[in-house]
Order: sequence, then C-alpha cells, then structure tokens
Amino acid sequence: MVDSLMHRNLLGRTAGRIVLAVASLALGAALLVSPAARAAEEGGHGEEHAVHWQGWKAGNVVSDKASLQRGATNFMNYCVGCHSLKYMRYERMAKDLDISTEQLRKNLIPTGAKPTDYILSTFPKAEGEVWFGRSPPDLSLITRSKGSDYVYQFLKTFYVDETKPTKSNNLALDGAAMPAVLSDLEGVKRAVFPAGGGVDAHGAKALERFEQVSPGALTPEQFDGFVRDTVNYLSYVGEPTQVEREGLGIWIVLFLLVFTWFAWLLKLEYWKEVH
Amino acid sequence: MAGDNNDGLPVRTGFLGWLNKRLPVDAFMRDQLTGYYAPKNFNIWYFFGSLALLILVMQLVTGIFLTMHYKVGELTAFDSVEYIMREVPYGWLLRYLHSTGASAFFIVVYLHMFRAMLYGSYKAPRELLWLFGMVIYLALMAEAFMGYVLPWGNMSFWGAQVIVNLFGTVPVIGPGLVEWIRGDYGIADATLNRFFSLHVVAVPLVLLLLVALHLVALRQTGSNNPDGVEIKANKGADGKPIDGIPFHPYYTVKDIVGVGVFLTLFCIVVFFMPTFGGIFLEQPNFEVANPMSTPLHIAPVWYFTPFYAILRAVPDQQLGALAMALSLVCFLLLPWLDRSPVKSTRYRGWMWKSALTLFVIAFIGLGYLGLKPPSDLYTLLARVFSVVYFAFFVLMPIYTKLDPVKPVPTRVTYDHG
Repeated sequence: MVDSLMHRNLLGRTAGRIVLAVASLALGAALLVSPAARAAEEGGHGEEHAVHWQGWKAGNVVSDKASLQRGATNFMNYCVGCHSLKYMRYERMAKDLDISTEQLRKNLIPTGAKPTDYILSTFPKAEGEVWFGRSPPDLSLITRSKGSDYVYQFLKTFYVDETKPTKSNNLALDGAAMPAVLSDLEGVKRAVFPAGGGVDAHGAKALERFEQVSPGALTPEQFDGFVRDTVNYLSYVGEPTQVEREGLGIWIVLFLLVFTWFAWLLKLEYWKEVH
Repeated sequence: MAGDNNDGLPVRTGFLGWLNKRLPVDAFMRDQLTGYYAPKNFNIWYFFGSLALLILVMQLVTGIFLTMHYKVGELTAFDSVEYIMREVPYGWLLRYLHSTGASAFFIVVYLHMFRAMLYGSYKAPRELLWLFGMVIYLALMAEAFMGYVLPWGNMSFWGAQVIVNLFGTVPVIGPGLVEWIRGDYGIADATLNRFFSLHVVAVPLVLLLLVALHLVALRQTGSNNPDGVEIKANKGADGKPIDGIPFHPYYTVKDIVGVGVFLTLFCIVVFFMPTFGGIFLEQPNFEVANPMSTPLHIAPVWYFTPFYAILRAVPDQQLGALAMALSLVCFLLLPWLDRSPVKSTRYRGWMWKSALTLFVIAFIGLGYLGLKPPSDLYTLLARVFSVVYFAFFVLMPIYTKLDPVKPVPTRVTYDHG
C-alpha cells in the first residue's frame, strides 16, 4: 500500500517535472528558478576552499513517504524535546504519512497528548532563554524561511569549539545557541580552517576539512540519511499540501492545454469569415 | 430614449420579451458587444486588457474566500494564513491563486501599458482613457502594497516600514503624515487593521469604479490598433467601420484563446512554483513580523523594484523619494509629451524606436537592480538607467517632433484573409 502510493507520487512528480520544464521554457523564466542554473552559478565559483559546504544540497524527495516516516521518528526522538511544530497536528501527520492511529499512539505521541493536538514541545520557554540566550525556535516553517538546503547544512556542520558555552559551533550559523545534540549519532568532529582563516566568495566561513575526533553510533552514510530524512520531514511540515498540489496541478494544466486547443479551433472557425 | 432604439434587435416574446421591456438586455448586448466594432488587426498585445479584467475578478473571488478565514490583528494574522495553508480545504490553492494573481496582475498590466506606448494608444482622442488606466495602475500599487502587509511576515513588516517612511520625506507635514498613515508610532496592529480595511473594501471599490470608467471611455473612442489608424474614419454604406468587426463573437472567441494560454502558464506557477524562486513569495515572509530582527536585505516585491531602484539611485533620501514620485507622474503626462503626428511605432522613425528601446532596457534594468542589494557597480548602473528613464520623458517633446516618420496608410494592415 505504502509502496504503491509512493510509486504513484513519484510518477506524479516526474510528470510534474516534465510539465514544469516545458513551462519554464515557455515562460522564459527558467534561469530564475531552475536548479541547473543555480548549480552552474555555484560551480562557477570554483574551489576557493577544500570543502564547499555551502553547495551541499538536501536532495530530499517530499513524496517519499518511507523517508518522511523515518524523518518523523527522528524528529520525535531528537528534536521535539526542544522544538515545536505549532501548525502541525499529530493526526494530520499520521494521515499524510500513512501512519496508523495505533502506531501513532504507541510510538509518536507523548503521554497525555491527543491525536488532534498540535506537535508542541514541553520545553520551558523562559528557562530556554536563560540556558541558551534564546528559546528554541518553532520549526514549522524553517524550511520555507531558510530553505531545506540550509537546514541540511546546519545539521551537518557542527564542530567542536571550546570557546563556546555549548563547546560546539556551526558553520551555517556561526555561534549557534543550539548544542551539537546529534553528536552521539554523528560522533564529534573538529573543523580545520585554512591557514589564513577568512571567508569564501559567498561570505561564509572557509573550511579545509572536518576531522573525526570520536565516532558516533552511525556511519557517515547512515548519518547523512538520518539528516536527509529529518530535513525531508521538516520540508513536508513546511507545506503539507505540496505533494497534493503538484498531483492536482498536472490534471489542471492538462485540462487547460486541451481547453486552449479547442478554444483555438473555435477562434479559427469564426475568423474564417474575416478578410 | 436610447432604450427605444430597436435596430437590429431580435423580436422577443415570452419571458425574454417581458424582461427586455423592463431591462435593456438585448440593447446592451448590441451596443456593447455585437454592435461594438473593434479593429480587425489586433495582435498578441491586445490580449492583456481582457486578461487584466479576468485577474481582477479572480482576485476579488479568491480574496472574498480568504477573508472568510483570515484573522486581522498582529497576534493572529500570520497564524491565520498558515491555518488557511494547512487546515482550510483548498485554502492553499486560494492563497496561491491570490498571491500569484497579484504578480500576474502586474505582469499583465505592464504589458498592457507597453502596448499603449508601442502603438500610441494614449494619444488624442484617448488621453482620458490613458489617464483612467494610469490611475487604475496607481490604485493597484496601493492595493498590492497593503495586501502584501496582511500576512504579517517579517518582509511585510519591514517593507511597510520602508514604504510608509517615504511619506516622511514630504516637507513640513511628513512626520505627521507618516503617523497618520500608520495610526501609531510604528508599524503596528493599528496599521495592519486599517490596511486590511483599505485592501478588502476601499481600494477594490475604487478599482471597480475606475475600471468601469476606463471601459466607458474605451467604448466612447473605440480601440486604437497596431497601425494607429482610426477605423471610424472609413465607414461602409451601412455606417459600420470597414476595418472593424463586431467585438462579439470575433474578439470574445479570440480572447478565450488568450485566457487559455494565460491560465495554463499561470497554473504552472501556482501548482509547481508558487513562490517563484522567492520572487512572488519571499523567504523572510515565512517568519512572523519581528520589529527586533531586520531581514538581511529589504526589498519590495518585484513589481515595485524599478521605482525602488530610482529611489536608491539618488544619494539624498528626500530627493530620491521625489524622483520616485516623478517617475510615476511622468506616465500621466505621456499624452502631452508626445508630439509625434503618428501614433504607431510602425510608422515612427529611428529616434522614437531607439528611445522606446532604451526606456524598456532601463525599466527592466532598474527592476532587476531594485531586487539586488546595492553595490558600487549596481548603484552606478541604477543611476545611468534612471537618467535614461527620465530622459525618455523629458526629451520626448523634442525627439518626437524631429523624428522622421513614415506615411500612415488610410486602412489597417490585415493579411490573414
């Protein structure tokens, strides 16, 4: 069931991409938005530093329900302790992600919460401001306001920094208040910066390489998958209707193409008489 | 009485006969559609008027449904938009239709205005038609600006801050004026509430009235056409313009094709790229308004950026705001700045053609620069483009007079028969 749904969604997305590609050409606006153009732009800046972490892409697929289910589990295990998803209800998530009510109650809802509740953290806001300098932000729209790639880069670029109160720092968000909470999975890594330090062409911190100080419970590949699934889930939460939107869009656009074709034939018929 | 003129009306009995005695349905159809003659040589540029009307209706309808779920107020506005996006059935579609519709409205209106410039549609006897159109455009800018504030995102807030503060540059009354517009000492709940009222009631009413006037003025003079020839000057024995065809059915069926093409492109954006890469819906607007946190780079939405670039190009803020206001006023003066004996670009000389080309480059260039953070090169370019922009208008009385024009034919060019 989940597989067939996934298959249908992936097919839908592929068809959507084709319509999208044709349309972009027609609009002449492809350069503004197409990933190819963005990639070309980034490639053009070359190798100013050894690790081009700013070019890392989340590469998540929101129609991949298995990935979303894993991401939801990750979020409930590692994130919801501090971060809320205040616009998202447990029930809606379960419905969209093909999670049964039983599974939802057993594994994902905290004791005492109802399926119709919003996904709210029990983290005390006032204490958060004392402990971290600010309370952990709500993540409902984080992928929309910062982009999925940013969240992916953020979760992948924590490194040891003894000068910080959290003993860690982050390349994507310098001086991040958030500690490296995923370090038991990823392990601890040290950042090696180029001799001169400095910033790269994008104004971001230049990085030579990461060095693993101690291993985590996951291999680097497994951790990468973990982060990608989590970002995918947050991307879904950012706009829960996006898969439905593209699926519906294909039919609407196909209808409009047929409609326009018939309208064109009608116009030709009437205009035969005009000389 | 006009209603008693029964020429060419069908003989009606029964309900339609009863109705037409009381309401001039058939007479209206005859006067405005089947008996209204439009030039037969309209080209692709003539689709945008009907498309603008379509978008206006679409914005009104989607707006009405959005208003049913939107909750004005600084504590509720942002949340209610997310509620619409997530919990209202097809709320996401209403919202994307409305937000994409705003951008589409400006694309269509800019193309519509360019058509008027290309074929001299603002020239006598259509000056009032042009003026009504320009006032519609100004009202549309106000409507779009206030609508942009309603989701109460961080860019809504800071964009409002920047634009409302421009009124502070007015000498003497400036500071008081800004306070009067905001209804508070800063952009706040009071501002949001009044913008909501103006966006959903006042400005739409003004827009509808102006569109009615624009159409009445169009019916009075008749449409211009790509040749700039007055079709009323050549009438047949039946008193109908020889180069004219009834608006209905010919242009109604043709406009439906335009509607089909437009809606196809429009829906591709709505369903597959509703934020249009952060241009139609900007990333910072997915964070709630926060007076303590300024977005990295504040820019208005794309349709205001040509004027915003002019504002930034002038080193002095007060003069910059003045230049920006003048850049809009220039359009209003167009019918009187243009001294050419010829309407259509087809029969104008190289001077006009070069001037119009440079103006289009400057306008698009300014639009692009207004989206980007300023840099030395960009500021220089913005200044060059601003000079070109104003030179187009200021020098117009001179170059349109000197321009070597070609003879205008007496009949329109139409070779599709």
